[in-house]
Amino acid sequence: MSKDEALFELLLRLGDTDVVLAQRLGEWIGHGPVLEEDIALANIGLDLLGQGRLWLGLAGEVEAAWKGAGRSEDQLAFLRDGGAFRNLQLVEMPNGDFAMTMARQFYFDHAHLLLLRTLARSTDARIAEIAAKAVKEVTYHAERSADWVIRLGDGTDESHARTQKALDALWPYTGEMFVADAVDMALLDAGIAADPGTLREPWLAALQAVLDEATLALPAGEWMQGSGGRGGKQGVHTEHLGHLLTEMQYLQRTYPGAQW
Amino acid sequence: MVSAERPAIATAAAGPTTPALDVVWDALSTVPDPEIPVVSIVELGIVRNVAWNERRLQVDITPTYSGCPATEMIATLIRERLAAIGVHDVDLMQRLSPPWSTDWIAPEAKEKLNAFGIAPPHVTRGRVDVTGISPLRHAAMAIACPRCGSTQTKLLSQFGSTACKAQYRCTACLEPFDYFKPH
Repeated sequence: MSKDEALFELLLRLGDTDVVLAQRLGEWIGHGPVLEEDIALANIGLDLLGQGRLWLGLAGEVEAAWKGAGRSEDQLAFLRDGGAFRNLQLVEMPNGDFAMTMARQFYFDHAHLLLLRTLARSTDARIAEIAAKAVKEVTYHAERSADWVIRLGDGTDESHARTQKALDALWPYTGEMFVADAVDMALLDAGIAADPGTLREPWLAALQAVLDEATLALPAGEWMQGSGGRGGKQGVHTEHLGHLLTEMQYLQRTYPGAQW
Repeated sequence: MVSAERPAIATAAAGPTTPALDVVWDALSTVPDPEIPVVSIVELGIVRNVAWNERRLQVDITPTYSGCPATEMIATLIRERLAAIGVHDVDLMQRLSPPWSTDWIAPEAKEKLNAFGIAPPHVTRGRVDVTGISPLRHAAMAIACPRCGSTQTKLLSQFGSTACKAQYRCTACLEPFDYFKPH
């Protein structure tokens, strides 16, 4: 795999993951359990959308340098089919109840933060500056989702049971965050990206500290979705992504080129 | 929406088309932040640099948060204000590095925020790191209520009316208020 192709793939993974999770969080608007949480979920989605725009914008620039013509952030977000998306399967999982949304966010935020910290040291200055900015935002996301996992886990019997159930249900979707493939390997030597496998131990340690306080158990299952290099990062998705994209892309698909 | 409150700026129909940079800075200092109009985009540290390239003015701006919805509005307001002093050839450049920090907010602007009812951010000294710390065990930083000054305040949510603010409640005067988060 050429370095250009690997770089483009990496940027799609980062951008698509942000945009898809932003779309999921946006589904909560008007449906949050209390006003403060409704606003908080929207704000986190907005941070992710902003970061996703930066990653996809850069992906388009890299594509242009590589192929002679590159797509804009909007073309990438709204005019690709599901199989061309490179987001993690974890973030396309439906919102479910509040515990499910928070468990998804908890797993993702801590991995996201660790990943962005490595990317902030990338030898590619364009990647490093987007990551350095995103780290500051995601620090607040990680703090908040940990806070909620503790409140729900160490809350009522009902909230405890629902949160444990959510953690267990989403656990098999966390594995692909830490599996390196040809894209990562092609960028490793040049110091553009780090081996995601090195993030797993610190991620588990961060999770364990929070779950201990939340009186919740870290799931023990070892089988993971997308193992063997066939996960969201490679364009293999669950049935949920197509439904999400149908709504997200509706306007540009129905009225091509429509402007705000 | 904001035009009615803008201070009048003399149009420069007869003036130079490349005004001195301090004139440009003065003009930009009257552009209010769309979300927090009590402070200007210069006071918030959003305008990073201005420079003449031949007869084109380059203005470097940095977004506060990646997804801040005010960013495009700010670009429009900058162009309008510069046009009012006769500068029409403007290149707006987005600069991401170094990432925007609340440490760049001018001290006078922090006082204006407080008077406006928004508790100003603490100084981060370049680092906001809360990972690995359970928020419930946080050594609570004393945030003074902008209304009564009491530090008997309580965090309601890390995300307020905008991404850059948290929601607090004062347990002395019982009023809720926004806290501009250190960033």
